[in-house]
Amino acid sequence: MDSPERHTQMRVAYYPGCSLEGTAIEFDQSCRAMCEALGIELVEVPDWNCCGASSAHFVNHDLAVALGARNLGLAQRTGADQVTAPCAACYARLKFSEYKLHEDPERLGQMLERGGVDYKGGLRVSSPLELLVRDYGLEALKEKLVQSLNGLKVACYYGCLLVRPTEMPSFDDPENPRSLDSLMETLGAEPVDWAYRVECCGGGLALGRADIVRKLIGDILDNAVEAGAECFVVACPLCQGNLDWRQTEAGSQRGKQYNLPVYYYTQLVGWCLGLPPQRLGIEKLLTPATTLLERKVSGLVSQVSEGV
Amino acid sequence: MPRVGVFVCQCGTNIAKSVDCAKVAEEAAKLPYVAHAATYVYMCSSAGQQMIEDAIREHNLSAIVVSACTPQMHQKTFEGCTERSGLNRYMSTMANIREQCSYVHKDPELATQKALELTAMAAAKAARDEPLFQSEAPINRKALIVGGGVAGIQAALDIAEAGYEVTVVEKTPSIGGRMSQFDKTFPTLDCSACILTPKMVEAYQNPNIRLLTYAEVEQVGGFVGNFEVKIRKHARSVDEEKCTGCGSCWEKCPQKKIPSEYDEQLGPRTAIYVPFPQAVPLVPVIDRENCLKFLKDRCGVCQKVCPANAVDYTQEDEIIEDTFGAIVVATGFDVWDHSDYGEYGAGQIPDVISGIQFERMLNLSGPTHGKVLRPSDGKEAKTVVFVQCAGSRDDQHGYPYCSKVCCMYTAKHAILLREKAPDAQAYIFYIDIRATGKGYEEFIRDAQRKYGAQYIRGRVSRMFRQGDKVRVFGVDTLGGGQVKIDADLVVLATAIEPRHDAKALSQLLGIGCDNNGFFNEAHPKLAPVDTMSAGIYIAGAAQFARDIPDTVAMASATAAKVVGLFSKEKLLSEPSVANCDVNLCSGCRACYVTCPYDAIEMTEHDDRAARMTRMVACVNENLCHGCGACSGACRSGAMTLRAFTDNQIEAQVEALCELVPA
Repeated sequence: MDSPERHTQMRVAYYPGCSLEGTAIEFDQSCRAMCEALGIELVEVPDWNCCGASSAHFVNHDLAVALGARNLGLAQRTGADQVTAPCAACYARLKFSEYKLHEDPERLGQMLERGGVDYKGGLRVSSPLELLVRDYGLEALKEKLVQSLNGLKVACYYGCLLVRPTEMPSFDDPENPRSLDSLMETLGAEPVDWAYRVECCGGGLALGRADIVRKLIGDILDNAVEAGAECFVVACPLCQGNLDWRQTEAGSQRGKQYNLPVYYYTQLVGWCLGLPPQRLGIEKLLTPATTLLERKVSGLVSQVSEGV
Repeated sequence: MPRVGVFVCQCGTNIAKSVDCAKVAEEAAKLPYVAHAATYVYMCSSAGQQMIEDAIREHNLSAIVVSACTPQMHQKTFEGCTERSGLNRYMSTMANIREQCSYVHKDPELATQKALELTAMAAAKAARDEPLFQSEAPINRKALIVGGGVAGIQAALDIAEAGYEVTVVEKTPSIGGRMSQFDKTFPTLDCSACILTPKMVEAYQNPNIRLLTYAEVEQVGGFVGNFEVKIRKHARSVDEEKCTGCGSCWEKCPQKKIPSEYDEQLGPRTAIYVPFPQAVPLVPVIDRENCLKFLKDRCGVCQKVCPANAVDYTQEDEIIEDTFGAIVVATGFDVWDHSDYGEYGAGQIPDVISGIQFERMLNLSGPTHGKVLRPSDGKEAKTVVFVQCAGSRDDQHGYPYCSKVCCMYTAKHAILLREKAPDAQAYIFYIDIRATGKGYEEFIRDAQRKYGAQYIRGRVSRMFRQGDKVRVFGVDTLGGGQVKIDADLVVLATAIEPRHDAKALSQLLGIGCDNNGFFNEAHPKLAPVDTMSAGIYIAGAAQFARDIPDTVAMASATAAKVVGLFSKEKLLSEPSVANCDVNLCSGCRACYVTCPYDAIEMTEHDDRAARMTRMVACVNENLCHGCGACSGACRSGAMTLRAFTDNQIEAQVEALCELVPA
């Protein structure tokens, strides 16, 4: 099942969502580059619309499901049997729509009418992380790696949406997830044992109530530093944004300078696959992120040469 | 020509509120074979029963129908009426016009029509009733008790006291069960061992009681009065007759670091061991999986030092087969494994322990000799957070039910913590406080007022290691606001759950389990210690989470049931069971595979007409529950259920069709 032949044939519908066209463009770039290198064909969902995160499901639950239903219908038109959404919020919304429609087929009819697109059901909604860990397989990934993160101490930060809400079946434990950690171990990094892996980053409060976000991410940063982390790896544009943009502010409030780069896991996988940093958008991250990786690689080189 | 009497009960207004009982009686009087019909406000009252008995004599009735409540309530009452009037007691049929009619239908006209239809069907059946007779079986007056905790011990003592022989089968090397692990008991703070060990010794010394420890029930056959049971007594590797319990062997055993089950993995034991100093019998066992002699054929120290020459490495499992009249199942409970709680550290934080582990810690003979120490570094714990409902009242992680005893034992823990360390502080997170026993509420109040336990109403959301502490985040829903406590030790009041092998045992015994896996009682209110299998009773936490007084009361109740059964001269069984007409039986075995009670055997039948011997079905009337599955499965019409023959069921259908407008 894990033969490379099968992987070259993987064809998955791709739902980028709004963040990945703007503030998180490097997540989009790195995800596409990573999938291409692994032979996973991504087919962008034609004419996709808003996933319904934050704005829709606070106001109108039916509308939130209908928005997702339309996206699912369009994704099904690509002929793929699963759709992948890198943004954790998009992923959660699509998955929630599929779950609700599956739970109540009568509702399915009504929602599709609203969405104006036919959806037959049965599409699997996945995060690219799930795609890597479950479908592609870490063993197969290992074979493709050309460089190691060489003991990079990384805090795997899952945030709130990737493995929740708990009532939906999830690919990982909602309170003690492990998938990012296993992926990082595969890349040669050393995930640190820390406590805030699923705590709230402040999410959309980043704009209206930056004071709350500063407090929340300050706690997250402190805990990661205490655990010995050199950087974060994340799976959500909001987590990335809050941790990266507000890091200096949160630090100055506490009289600290953190300097912890906040990578998307797609960037780190891409890096280890030997893709050029420009294709992964690593230079787009606010906290300088390239040097740390380069240092780790040179460390590896020097270690190897010492060994010789 | 049958003469049926119909008696329509009004049940006060329970039936009369939606059913016109007078009309039902009036219409019923016109039905075929019905010779008399009447209505009365309470048929089950003495006056009502007298009215039925008088009518039977006056109208020379041959069978009766009582249209009233469910036969589960009053079938036996009205069978008494027929019997006292000189009829066969089984010439009595009930139509349920309460639970299945008046309780659920509001429209008086339709409800009355339905009550009449149910009555007409019952009358059609009653007209075809035949006299039935109970069969007799002998009773084997020995009781088997599965589980040697406080429930099993109490039941054994009570039954033995009445003069009957009892065998107790206990899985672990000693009797005593969970109660022997407790330090003190709520709400009196009695020393648990001090009140339990006298009972253990009494059970050991009672000549009517045989204790089989380190043993398990392997097979159960037969039926009430005659259960045939196979028991496996695991090889102890120590001769129980020779051993004096001197302790030389376990003192010298070099394998000293095996986690002790009795101490809930907090302390070590040796490979040859008694679980605790007051064990009964005080005879060690060798844990062969950890013994060097068995692993590597080395050592052999215990055999060398034993002054009684009791250690026997060649001992084998012993199979004991015996017959018992009744079985009491008192297998107790397990404690839920909190590694399912990701937010509480997934079982990976050493200073997050379960209530029963804390209980062992408090005990003087426990792993910390009665001191409250952090497992991580052995330092004394001063700030202790208790989290109630860990796995209880929690659909996401554990069980939906309340485990009943945690509020009380957590209060006890807080009190004992303060007694051990006056400067220690207990914080207790709770959802509700359930203290519904005698002296319980007062006990909780003592914990709060005299022992300074801080009760915080709310859940704990997360805990993790922070330096050498455990940081606990929670919410105070009364004060409003988040709570952060850096604790030395966290004690989770983990849920009481069924034994992990309860399902297998229930299948062995033919008793059911509920949704959560506890053994099913026969009726939640009126038969709480009976099971659906006659002669098998349940006591203690095997049925549901129980505290000690409830457990002991249940155990004595099962003993009363067993003694009641044994005091009968013979066992009478209900005659409404299946019966096979061997002349019609083709031996197809359809009934044999259908029967859920294994009550059908295939036997040889000497068919004289066909001049051959062929296999036919034969019903064991003692095992048959009269469910009728076999008669439904039978293709040749050979299998009939007495009192519910095909003939009677067809007559009922016809009676219904007559009444329903075309």
